[in-house]
Amino acid sequence: MKSQLFTAFKLTFLCLLLFVVIYPLVLLGFAKLAPNQGKVKFIERQGKIVGAENVGQKFDQDRYFNSRPSAVNYNAAGSGGSNKGPSNPDYLKDVQARIDTFLVHNPGIKKSEIPSELVTASGSGLDPHLSPAGALIQVDRIALFRHISKEKLVQLVDAHTEKPLLGLFGPERVNILKLNLALDELK
Amino acid sequence: MNTEILGIVLSFALTVALAIPLGKYIAKVYAGKPTSLDPIFNPVEKLFFRLSGINPTQEMTWKQHLVALLTINLLWFFWAMFILMNQGWLPWNPDGNPSMSPDLAFNTAISFLVNCNLQHYSGESGMSYLGQISCLMFLQFVTAGTGMAACAVVFNAMKERTTDKLGNFYDYFIKSCTRVLLPLSFLVALIIMFQGTPMNVEGKASFISMQGDTVQVSRGPAAALIGIKQIGTNGGGYFGVNSAHPLENPTYLTNIVEVGSIIIIPIAMVFALGFYLQRKRLSWMIFGVMTLGFILFLLPTVYLEMQGNPAISQMGIGQHLGSMEGKEIRFGSAASAFWAITTTVTSNGSVNAMHDSLTPLSGMFAMLGMMINSLYGGVGVGFLNFYIFVIIAVFISGLMVGRTPEFLGKKIEAREMKIATIVALLHTLLILAGTAIASYVFVRNPSIGWLNNPQFHGFSEMLYEYTSSSANNGSGFEGLGDNTPFWNISTGIVMILSRFLPIIGPIAIAGILANKKFIPESAGTLKTDTSTFGLMVFAVILIVAALSFFPSLALGPIAEYFSMK
Repeated sequence: MKSQLFTAFKLTFLCLLLFVVIYPLVLLGFAKLAPNQGKVKFIERQGKIVGAENVGQKFDQDRYFNSRPSAVNYNAAGSGGSNKGPSNPDYLKDVQARIDTFLVHNPGIKKSEIPSELVTASGSGLDPHLSPAGALIQVDRIALFRHISKEKLVQLVDAHTEKPLLGLFGPERVNILKLNLALDELK
Repeated sequence: MNTEILGIVLSFALTVALAIPLGKYIAKVYAGKPTSLDPIFNPVEKLFFRLSGINPTQEMTWKQHLVALLTINLLWFFWAMFILMNQGWLPWNPDGNPSMSPDLAFNTAISFLVNCNLQHYSGESGMSYLGQISCLMFLQFVTAGTGMAACAVVFNAMKERTTDKLGNFYDYFIKSCTRVLLPLSFLVALIIMFQGTPMNVEGKASFISMQGDTVQVSRGPAAALIGIKQIGTNGGGYFGVNSAHPLENPTYLTNIVEVGSIIIIPIAMVFALGFYLQRKRLSWMIFGVMTLGFILFLLPTVYLEMQGNPAISQMGIGQHLGSMEGKEIRFGSAASAFWAITTTVTSNGSVNAMHDSLTPLSGMFAMLGMMINSLYGGVGVGFLNFYIFVIIAVFISGLMVGRTPEFLGKKIEAREMKIATIVALLHTLLILAGTAIASYVFVRNPSIGWLNNPQFHGFSEMLYEYTSSSANNGSGFEGLGDNTPFWNISTGIVMILSRFLPIIGPIAIAGILANKKFIPESAGTLKTDTSTFGLMVFAVILIVAALSFFPSLALGPIAEYFSMK
């Protein structure tokens, strides 16, 4: 036992050296070769950072494509889902309220057309995407608000729709931050 | 065909295709045969052995193995407690996160020491960079290596011979860490890093969003930790929401890589057994039983999540993407369901969607995966759990057909059966007793405020927490307010017992069997590499593991399911 303890000490020290010092340092070195040097990719507009490409942010104004509800209000200092169970009565009331709010802000939309993602919170609370349907359903409202033709907006959404991996695997999605930046450019 | 379904078919097929050659490689590593990575790792290992005074050719008995394993684990526990309780003032803490309270540090240290990675803290606000790397990531490597080394000892003991010498523990341990875990983690870290996962030393960034909100973004050396947390069935994420976080798991490609990393070693270990003992049919039998169980859980879960939440359908809105509460658009409901089952049949416990918000029966299948805990299972230890079920199945079927219970030429007798039964029942006891105590405390003090959801689902939250602790899984119905002394200490105790007894048990059985006389196969031998025996094992698993939990599942997810009809 005693000799085992001594061996264990020395072995632990060597493992710390390999896994805690060498392994992360080598990865930090390789990070320099990565597309964004291992840093979070920020997007700038007129010299100012307006967001991180991969991290969702809150859009709830009528003039923008709105992002999904978030349990952490899109503050990426933390992250979190609602953790509400599917049968929780309080949660279902929240969802109903979100549906009602959406219908008020988007007159003319039928309830059955609302995609559920717009009234449910994401897992991270930082979801940067919408499905194409989730973006297209908001076109009427934005067209009215900004006086831009619907066709132009539909084209914009189509142009920002990211296809499944290799065209075959996984869902289609739209990055809301990039979409809204392009929307502001549109005249 | 639906691209979401194609995505999960690809993830599974690709993983199995890679797991077979990996199994062959692992078998070579444990058998000490030459591999193509020798030029890199031979010098490293020689240095390790020389500096720590280990003679890798000195073989150990099963008892010596256990002493070596437990001693070094004890040491790691103190190292983890020290870092966690002092990280607040130690260097490399750019966000100024605090040291942990003693009960939280106890829970976290145990949790990472036992490869469970239950997290009662949130990475962004509860850990310094030093703590993430030098404590958590370190343990993710060495505890996965411990599990694999234990499995290698059992492999060695299953050879056709009579001996009490079962290889050298340190040799198995170091080789598992350096030759298997390190290169695979490095590869995963590299891929996700190129896809946008951060690997830097910067603290939180702050900026003003397009709508004028001031928000922050957490950063840091995430990729290094994420690589090993997926590969080593650890599951303790860098960010609070684990692989649901858009920086921890930024794209569908990283999702495929990360979800494949969960099961690749557990599957490879099964094939490694076949190559190591030259009993490939036995491997296929085990792989078949495991996959059958996996598919039986996977199909209904994918279906139910893609159907959506019935309560939301009743409100009259479209659920073309399925149940999206707690899920991310870039993965969709199919890949989230696939991950949920993959992470719970193994002891990984990382998540890419919030399990608390899964529809009721999906939550039940996730729990069932952990209750059985050997359909693939954790790296190394998954096979050990399965081994216990095999021993029980050999014994029962031996009695049924009136033959002496034998496994690989060794007689199974009362002593081995006692150990196997204790290990198999311990898991049930820890989960059900824990849940019963927590429920009692909750009912006596309804204002205690643990639960995020009422009624049946609230019960499921408590049941899930103990199931996850006892399965050394580490995922959670995270709505549970679990950072309290009650939960920190009780789950801590459950985690220790459920890690070390299921390692000690199989090693003891294998060691005792290895010492017995080898009986060559004859006409009277019960064949264990046939599909008939496979079905027998499957039946034993269902009866011993799944049925014991039926009453508790009926009170939680099943009751919730019917209440929503």
